[in-house]
Parts: sequence; structure tokens; C-alpha cells
Amino acid sequence: MDYFIELFFGGLTRGSIYALIALGYTMVYGIIGLINFAHGEIYMIGAFTAFIVASVLSIYGLPLAAIVVLTLLAAAVWASCYGYTVEKLAYKPLRNAPRLSPLISAIGMSIFLQNYVLLAQTSDFLPFPALIPEFAFLDRFAGIIGSSDLVILLVTAVTMICLTWLIKFTRIGKAMRATAQDRKMAMLVGINVDQIISVTFIIGSALAAIGGVLIASHVGQINFFIGFIAGIKAFTAAVLGGIGSIPGAVLGSFILGLTESYATGYVSSDYEDVFAFSLLVLILIFRPAGLLGKSTIEKV
Amino acid sequence: MLRLKDLRTALLVALWFVFLTFPIMVIRVNPFERTITWRWQNMVLVGVGSFLMYLVSRIVLQRKAARQKQLRLGLIREKIPWSQRLLEEPRIYLPVLAGVAVFALGFPLLFSTYQVNIMITALMYVMLGLGLNIVVGVAGLLDLGYVAFYAVGAYAYALLHLHFGLGFWTVLPIGALLAAAFGILLGFPVLRLRGDYLAIVTLGFGEIIRLILENWNEFSHGPSGIANIPRPGLFGIEMDLNSAIIYLYYLMIALVLFTVFVVNRLQNSRIGRAWFALREDEIACQAMGIDKTRTKLTAFALGATWAGMVGVIFAAKTTFVNPASFTFLESAIILCIVVLGGMGSIVGVILGALVLILLPEYLRAFSDYRMLVFGAVLVIMMVFRPQGIVSNVRRTYTFRKENRTPEASNTQG
Repeated sequence: MDYFIELFFGGLTRGSIYALIALGYTMVYGIIGLINFAHGEIYMIGAFTAFIVASVLSIYGLPLAAIVVLTLLAAAVWASCYGYTVEKLAYKPLRNAPRLSPLISAIGMSIFLQNYVLLAQTSDFLPFPALIPEFAFLDRFAGIIGSSDLVILLVTAVTMICLTWLIKFTRIGKAMRATAQDRKMAMLVGINVDQIISVTFIIGSALAAIGGVLIASHVGQINFFIGFIAGIKAFTAAVLGGIGSIPGAVLGSFILGLTESYATGYVSSDYEDVFAFSLLVLILIFRPAGLLGKSTIEKV
Repeated sequence: MLRLKDLRTALLVALWFVFLTFPIMVIRVNPFERTITWRWQNMVLVGVGSFLMYLVSRIVLQRKAARQKQLRLGLIREKIPWSQRLLEEPRIYLPVLAGVAVFALGFPLLFSTYQVNIMITALMYVMLGLGLNIVVGVAGLLDLGYVAFYAVGAYAYALLHLHFGLGFWTVLPIGALLAAAFGILLGFPVLRLRGDYLAIVTLGFGEIIRLILENWNEFSHGPSGIANIPRPGLFGIEMDLNSAIIYLYYLMIALVLFTVFVVNRLQNSRIGRAWFALREDEIACQAMGIDKTRTKLTAFALGATWAGMVGVIFAAKTTFVNPASFTFLESAIILCIVVLGGMGSIVGVILGALVLILLPEYLRAFSDYRMLVFGAVLVIMMVFRPQGIVSNVRRTYTFRKENRTPEASNTQG
């Protein structure tokens, strides 16, 4: 039973990280109808920036609390800047191009960013400094839930609440929803659509970066290639929940996280990634609109 | 043409990129020895580089805009691209073709085995590019798991030889058919999906195949792969390594010619036109009475066939296969070939493959930057020249003078 519960929390932790990345996919898809293939790379760059900042600060001997705050901040800021720049360079000029063009451009951007980090830094796995301290009060639950699991769950929950508030109750959230519904109409009622798209990329990238820092600190190592698999899995989660739907992305992420956790725990860990991909293929066959998505008919 | 304003913007862009790339380009931490290296020279490089790149792209875009304005006003006529002129004038293309043929046939006599080997690889990519071109360029279905079919072909040869002792020539059609079958297998679940979903599902499919090959040791011998695969035979004649490679080279030339012939015939056939229609507009295509399911499945199957064939050749050429040869990057390279060359254009894809495979071989010093450049090429081509180096010339039908009624000329104009 303990093993079952341990896997449950492991699955929730995975799911939280997927959720933080999947939100970026789903928000961007909701607004411009593009799968942002480079999103996984933004997550990786967030984690890498965090690694660099945290290492530099710890070499200079700052206290742990300051390192944690500054690292999270730096990762979110730089990842947002990358997200913003990628949108401006690779997607904005193609906004009225045929559907295939921005997709290919996105794949190109993803390959470019991966190799940029590979060349500028290293291809080796790097040890990520432990940012999350061990909490004494969790000793009783040792083997079931670790302190980093707890922190990841809490941070994800807080982030989700903030995001929901932002989208439901603020002016900018309202503008985002309007743009997602109908871009032309939003333009007509005076919404600066370009700005809203940029904001969406910035928020999505910042969330991915937070996810990147948390998971890197949890796993303890990073590499230039982590964005690829994480990106595909988060995309799977977004599709599972219904792409374009924010609660759907969160739900899909938790389902995917739990499925993976139990499948690797009870079946075999060799095929960890195969489970996620198979799940993706199955959803797309039986319910292409996802769990919470609405199936739409294309009209001319 | 450049104004002071542009220079100021360029400066701001440069500053932005310096800031953006600061942590990753400048700082390098060694976490084991706890040392930091500050690479300030990279900062200068990024600043100057982005400054110049902004100005260049600005000039290119300005010229493009100016041209389009002149075109709209009717000041100049649409220029026929050089590639199209080259392809349409028999006076130009016949000598070029003859030159290429002589060069291709004489290549192994002029150059060393090493060069011939590189050329074989390039020709393999020509075939792969032409195959993917059917799926991506002609039918407009973005397939990111193309390498899976390549792997199917390679493993078909490796395993059939290992277990049943089948030879190259027997397996070549089997590999092609097997890949086509996999193409249909992949095609079924993704039929209902729109372009972007398709991309990610095919990507997932490619990864599933690779992961299965890597982990199912009893079937595929896992990551260590299968060795000692024989090279293609020629009526049982024993050949040394050198002549085997030259033989493989001529074999590749023949196969590429065969591919070009078939693909060309396919594109101008009924099914080929259905693919073009499918690419342009799915709904209109269905309204015209084209069976979407069958058209998509044939595109997948016929595209995969070539990958399967090249897979068999790959196994025969390297005499060794393992899953590491079939990663997503391979798919990305093939996609890059198609995009750079020009989607849907056969000549373009051939040129694209030769450029992208041969250049990194000869510019060894820059070979580390290969994938970086490939990624950048995909983005730059999409933004500045989506039709590729050689744009696809669509088949047009012209009416003869005497048949020309006023209605016909109206619909044309």
C-alpha cells in the first residue's frame, strides 16, 4: 500500500510539472492556433539559466533563501524573454502564412535553441544544486512524500490559482480570452492583439521556467536535451485535456503523470516514454477533442 | 536605404540579444571545481552579430516590400525565377543535364573511395528527401517521424538476414513494402487529425519505434545493434571493399534515377493532383469528390516506401544497424532538405540534399554547428523564402489560340 501511495505522490509531482509546461502550449494554441514546438526548449533554457545563476550565487556564498528567490526570478525573467523573442522572430512574420509554415519554423526554432545551449554550454549532464531543503516534519512520511514533492505541489497549486485569477478577473485576462475567441473581432473592439500574444508567450514561458527549476532541483541534474521529451509529454497532457482549455491542461497533466508513475512502477520502466506516446495516439484516435475540449467542425 | 532610425533600432536589437544570451553565452560554471569562466568575447560576438543581422534582414525586407509595391503598381512584371527558366529552356537544361550525368558517372573514377562514400550518403538523403517530399511537399502532411520507416527498412534487412539469411536484393522490395505497410498503419489513426496534431503524432510514432528497438532486446538486440550485415551482391561475384563501394555508388545512382522517374510520374498523375489539392484545401478537395482517406493513406504509404528502401541500403552500406541512427534529428535533417530545396519541387529537393549533406562534410571545421544551422535554415526559409531554393513549378494548361473563347480568357485572367 505504501508503494501505491508513493507512486501516487510521484505521479502528482510529475503531473504538476507537466501542467506548468502544458499551460504554455494550451494558452498559445488557444490564442494563435499554433503548436509551439519550441516551448520545451524554453523550459530547458529556464532550467539552464537557473543552474547558472544558482551555481554562481552559491560560489559567491549567498544564503540559500536568497539563492532560491533570485534563481526562480532569473529563470522566469530570462525564459520569458526567450519566449517573447522566439515569437517575434519565428512566428509573428508568419501569422498569415499557410498552416504548415509556422509549424516548420517552430521545429527549426526548437532545434536551433537546443544546439545553441549545447554549443554555448555543454552536452554533459550537469549536477543541479539542491534548492529545496529537507523539511524535518516530513521525516515521518519518509519514502512516501519528499520535501521537494511537497514544494512542487504547493508551488504548482499557487501558480494555478494566480493564473486562474489573472485570466478570469483582470483586464488583460479578459483581453486574452477575447483574442482566443475571435482574433479579428478582438482587434475591432480595440484590443492590441500583438501585445496580447506577446503576453501569452511571456506568461507561458515563465510558467515553464518555474516548472524547469522545480523539476531540475528535484531530479538533481540537467542537460540540453531535457526539453524535448518534457515538451512532447506536456503536449500530450494538453491534448489529453483538450487543447486550448486551461483546466483541461491541468487535468490532462495529472492523468498523464499518474499513468506514467503507475505504469513505470508496476509494469516496466524501460518503456516509460512509450506509455506517454501510446496514450497520445489513443486519445487522438478515440477522442481528438480531448477530455474537456469541445469538438469543433471546420467551416468554410 | 538605411536611415538613422534603422541604425538605432539595430543597436537596441543588439543590446536586447546581448542581455538575452548573457547567462548562457557568457557565464560558464564548472560545478565540480566550483569555478566560473566569464567569456566576454562571446558577448561582443553576439552584439555585433545581431546588429549586422538585423540590418541585413531589414534591407532584404525593404527590397521585398519595394518589389511588391512596384508589382502592384504594374511598373515591373513578375520575374520568372532563374530555376524555372533553367528547367523550361531545353537549350539550357539539356547541356546541364548532360554535364551532371557525365560527372555522376565519372565520379568514382575521379575521386577517392572516401569521397564516393560521402556521395553515397548524399544520394541516400536525396532519396529520403524525395520520399518525404511526397508526404510533406506534395500532400502537405507534416510527418516528423519519417525516420521510423527508415528504421523499419534497415531492421528488416538486418533481421531477415540474421534469421533467414535473405540477401540484399530479396529484402529491398520486402523492406519497401514493410515500410509502406507501416505508413498505412500510422496513417489510419491520424487520418482525422489536422496538420499540427499530425506532426506531433508522427513524432511520437517515430520515438515509439526507436524506443522499442532500443528496449526489446530479444527482438532487435537492443542498443548494441546488429552487425555483420552483408553488402549488396552482384550475381555472387566476390568484391573487395573498394569495388563494393563503387558498385553501391552506381546502384544508388540507378535507384535515384528510378525514384526521380517514379516521383515525377506520380506528381503529374491523377493521385498526384489529388495530393496537391489536398494540400491546398482539404474541404474544397473533398467537395470535388476526392476520397480523402485513400489519398492521405497512399501519400503515407508511397512516402514511406522510399524510406524503407533507403533503410535497406543504409544497413547494407554500414553493415551495422543500431537504434542510435534513427533519432528525431534524422527526421529533422530530412525535413530540412525538403524545406530548403523547395516543398514539392523534385530538382529543389535533390539540390537541397546535396547542399545540406555535402557542405558539412567539406566544411569540417563547422561540423559542430551543423544542427544549429539546420534549425536556423528552417526558420529563415519559412520567414524569407517559403517556397525554397527552387520553387515548385505547377503544371499549367494553356489553351490554344483558336479554341480561346472570351470565357476562357476571363477565367484565366
